[in-house]
Amino acid sequence: MTRYVIRRVALALVVVTGVVILTFVIADVVPGDPAATWAGPHASAAQVARARQYLGLDKPLPVRIARYFGGILTGNWGISVHTHNPVLSDIGTAAPATLELVIAALIIGAAVGIPLGLAAARWPGSILDHVIRVGSVLGVSMPVFWFALILQLIFADRLRLLPVAGQYDPNLIFTHPLVARTQMPVVDAAISGNWPMFGSTLSHLILPALVVAAYPAGVVARMTRAQVLDTLGETHVQMVRSLGFPERTVVSTFALKLAWNPVAATLALVFAYSLVNTFLVESIFDWPGLGSYAAGSVATLDTPAIVGVTLFVAIAYVICNLVVDLVQAALDPRIRLT
Amino acid sequence: MTALTVRTPRVTALRRAVRANPLITVGGAIAALIFLVAVFAPLLAPYPADAGSATHPEMTLLPPSLHHLFGTDQVGRDVFSRVLYGARISPVIAVLVLFIACAAGIPLGLAAGYFGGAADEVIMRVTDVFLAFPSLLLALAFAAVLPPSLTSLTIAIAITWWPWYTRLIRGQAASVAGRPYVEACRALGIPRRRILLRHVLPNSVTPLIIQVSLDFGGVILTASALSFLGLGAQDPTPEWGLMVAEGENYFTTAWWVVTFPGLAILLAALAFTLLGDGLRDALDPRRLPSR
Repeated sequence: MTRYVIRRVALALVVVTGVVILTFVIADVVPGDPAATWAGPHASAAQVARARQYLGLDKPLPVRIARYFGGILTGNWGISVHTHNPVLSDIGTAAPATLELVIAALIIGAAVGIPLGLAAARWPGSILDHVIRVGSVLGVSMPVFWFALILQLIFADRLRLLPVAGQYDPNLIFTHPLVARTQMPVVDAAISGNWPMFGSTLSHLILPALVVAAYPAGVVARMTRAQVLDTLGETHVQMVRSLGFPERTVVSTFALKLAWNPVAATLALVFAYSLVNTFLVESIFDWPGLGSYAAGSVATLDTPAIVGVTLFVAIAYVICNLVVDLVQAALDPRIRLT
Repeated sequence: MTALTVRTPRVTALRRAVRANPLITVGGAIAALIFLVAVFAPLLAPYPADAGSATHPEMTLLPPSLHHLFGTDQVGRDVFSRVLYGARISPVIAVLVLFIACAAGIPLGLAAGYFGGAADEVIMRVTDVFLAFPSLLLALAFAAVLPPSLTSLTIAIAITWWPWYTRLIRGQAASVAGRPYVEACRALGIPRRRILLRHVLPNSVTPLIIQVSLDFGGVILTASALSFLGLGAQDPTPEWGLMVAEGENYFTTAWWVVTFPGLAILLAALAFTLLGDGLRDALDPRRLPSR
């Protein structure tokens, strides 16, 4: 096990190094001449030359990469052009809101997807199975930004059942101020026992979370169905069946137990996908997270911010995968040997 | 000769799968419809000029009617015509992206899988780095620093897509490379190029075909998402994601401007996912025993 852990961690470090180099390529090499952009469209040749010197672009490539690495390691991720704050502190402020949204979406996705996948695997080929399969394909094929607008129109604008946008009712701030601890409003309201605020934050979370949950629900349903069907064919499950256990128990206890590992691994991969889906959804719901920040930086061509968010998500994704791998290896000795 | 013997079982398997899974037929029908619409858009669209830079300030945001089946947009263009012309953009981008991704991914994967050793190590670590990014995010970053156009969009998505195919082909090629018939080829002194192209590649490519067909919808979704963010298609282009973005500001009063292009994206992605699913059931022998 120790050898496996060391190997996986070393591999993750190699990948993170590569990730940093790739973001350097995006920030420094691809955009043509960053110095000209920095100096503005009407700058003279001398001004561009000064900008080049100021930005360190006159140095050779290896020096620039070394500097970039140094900046990343010491927490200097550049200054955002549109907020004028350090990119890393902007990310720190925005990340909790996104995390809250993604976690809520994954909970909904798993709560909907696993039972549906089980039901489809229980009666394969039935009408129910076909309906669930079409439903899961719909969830996976959904353009989230469009789904967000449609749900917003129906439930907020026309039916007025749910709030249109934001994280909570701004009027409540005066009567029930929110104490920021985790920066996730639902959690903050709950731990401080601020129930009116809790209700408000929860109702504001429903629509965006449902939208982001479409993809995880579809993927989890498909994955659960496929995995359970696979394990149902295996001899030890047939053994359980021949011992006379009811089909319900065979599917939900024995088959799901074996299917659980790949399904959990899928959830971790879906986490990253959902994180990026929030980039398309947050600005529609005025959700002050990484997605709104990234969409704002795209609109203002704010390269340091775009690159910073990209780097942050990629590193989070690598760590997430590493944790999944290690947990799976701890649970399943077969993995350690490969 | 080889081509024939390889293809026949695939075709019969496909026929069997279509019978077992009616969803392939649905997906195939929608995909065929999109293809026909793309080809005959100039004949089908009631106002072909509206797909371009035409504007009609006197009839902006008209609701759907017999004259304008899907209504008109914020500058008075016929949304129905624009949605039809949109079938010429996203699917073509998807074909280009997948072609580039295969052209880059297959040779690298073959080399890594067949030769192994240092080449394998280097190629696979590079793909690891690319796969560490969610593909939409990496495409977004590249598209953001490139000048906004459909070409940049295609390049940005293709950059994020090839590593998946490299990894897939590499795994297949590595297992094929050790099989006795490939060893026999080597012993007979058949040139390496010929072994790779005539023996290793045809026997490694089935999972890739499945993956490519499944990815078709994914590329359409990614391209429309980036266009929605303003990276990619620019104004008069009737790209579906861009049309949704343009209608966003008028959405509460004019729902049709957003709804119909979005439905087109959903339908296209759905069709190709259903098709890809069916193909996987048909061509992936490991999935057959599970009924």
